[in-house]
Amino acid sequence: MATTLAKAAEGSVAERTHAARIGHVSKSFSGPAGSQLVLDDISLDVAPGEFVTILGASGCGKSTLLNLVAGLDKPSAGSVETPGGRPALMFQEHALFPWLTAGKNIELALRLRGVAKADRKPEAERLLELVRLGGAYGKRVHELSGGMRQRVALARALAQDSRLLLMDEPFAALDAITRDVLHGELTRIWAETGLSVLFVTHNVREAVRLAQRVVLLSSRPGRVAKEWTVDIPQPRRIEDADVAELSLEITEHLRGEIRRHGQH
Amino acid sequence: MASTDTTTKAGSATTARDDLAGLEAGLDALDAVQTHRTPVREVLVKKVLPPFLAVGLVLLVWQLLVAAKVTDETKLPALSAVWDSLADMWLGGTLLEVIWTSVSRGLLGFLLALAIGTPLGLLVARVKFVRAAIGPILQGLQSLPSVAWVPPAVLWFGLNDAMMYTVILLGAVPSIANGLVSGIDQVPPLFLRAGRTLGATGLRGARHVVMPAALPGYLAGLKQGWAFSWRSLMAAEIIASSPDLGLGLGQLLENGRNNIDLPGVFLAIILILVVGIAIDLLIFSPVERWVLRSRGLLVKS
Repeated sequence: MATTLAKAAEGSVAERTHAARIGHVSKSFSGPAGSQLVLDDISLDVAPGEFVTILGASGCGKSTLLNLVAGLDKPSAGSVETPGGRPALMFQEHALFPWLTAGKNIELALRLRGVAKADRKPEAERLLELVRLGGAYGKRVHELSGGMRQRVALARALAQDSRLLLMDEPFAALDAITRDVLHGELTRIWAETGLSVLFVTHNVREAVRLAQRVVLLSSRPGRVAKEWTVDIPQPRRIEDADVAELSLEITEHLRGEIRRHGQH
Repeated sequence: MASTDTTTKAGSATTARDDLAGLEAGLDALDAVQTHRTPVREVLVKKVLPPFLAVGLVLLVWQLLVAAKVTDETKLPALSAVWDSLADMWLGGTLLEVIWTSVSRGLLGFLLALAIGTPLGLLVARVKFVRAAIGPILQGLQSLPSVAWVPPAVLWFGLNDAMMYTVILLGAVPSIANGLVSGIDQVPPLFLRAGRTLGATGLRGARHVVMPAALPGYLAGLKQGWAFSWRSLMAAEIIASSPDLGLGLGQLLENGRNNIDLPGVFLAIILILVVGIAIDLLIFSPVERWVLRSRGLLVKS
């Protein structure tokens, strides 16, 4: 008993200092042109409850980095720590299972997490309420709009009860108004749950709209190019002058990174 | 709602949130996909009527050819002669018995093929070495006419039911296994990644993600497996007729030939066709349509 308590305390100490620690991570893939370095010596901490966006152009290895943090792939060098256990992951595509209803998709996540059968349905309904889809429990995936699907996907990710949520351009395929609404929802849910979020995007305004900290990656190989702390108070709007101003500054850096690849 | 009890300090945030909720409700209402079932009348007119018209047309042309005496009656029997054969069998009480002999063999053989083909397909799809070893053979077996198995099966087992089931299995198992393999191959990698992040790995992954995702391909394989079972059985029944085996549809056809009874031969062919289609329409098609519809894969044009 004492040892388990000690272990739990030890775990929570690590959790208190960081939700994710990426330490000197490199990743290369072997391709037809030999080994290709995709990520080069990346170090990044996500503090508990922090919202960090990773920003970069095509080929900066954003998704590769997220896969490493999610444990879907192993780094070639360096280490990835997620003291809170397996992180939840949300994709650009909703990735909901079409043979299950919205509610059952969430219940599957609960079941795989080990939640008792009797508790699954009420918990799934609570999570659907959280993403404001209270009436969607029995709906099939194809009966939902794109925005609703991403909200169910968010609810399913939350069902994993992980302290760290990884998001891989989850709103990139949505229209502007729906995306705007989902930004608002995500900010609200993040504030309500105290989750740590690592959010990958190529959209500068989206990054500034959401994050407390924006990390810009260079491309081929991906390196941390620059970081910005965003202290504009929430709730922000994507049209806010402060958001636009910082976005402009970051965009200039991003363009500089992209321009370098044109000058061989 | 939860937002109403926030204090005045967060007043602007509260209105922003209410705005958001309203906007979201509006978007959901506008974007929600409307699904409705087609009314029965429309189904009758669009789906049921055309095949009946086509069959009617074929019978009409047949009767016209007979009436025009294009060829003599020993080559093309009148519809009425085929009808009389059917009536004779019905009145003699043998019709249902003959059909049941074949259908029961076909279905039992199919179930055996299902029990063998499913684990075999899983093994080929999931184990690389097994796939490399027997995958191509399984593919090749599908192009081998199952009638080719009748001579060896007769030599192995003699003229009995074991020989019939052997021919059915060799015809149907490859297509059921191959259906499952292609179903599993076509599972979107995204589902597998999503399953892994949710913790569905190994057997739990197979049960909760791979098998349900592969179901449409598997069902297509089962449908084809039934067609192969039925064809193989008919080949076996035609070639290997023996009084010990009982009278099935294949033997009925073969007896028609031996007795130079052309209406009987036509009747047997029609019955074989009708039974094959009926099993497909009554069992496989409804299951397949239900699975596809529930996944939104049945797009109405």
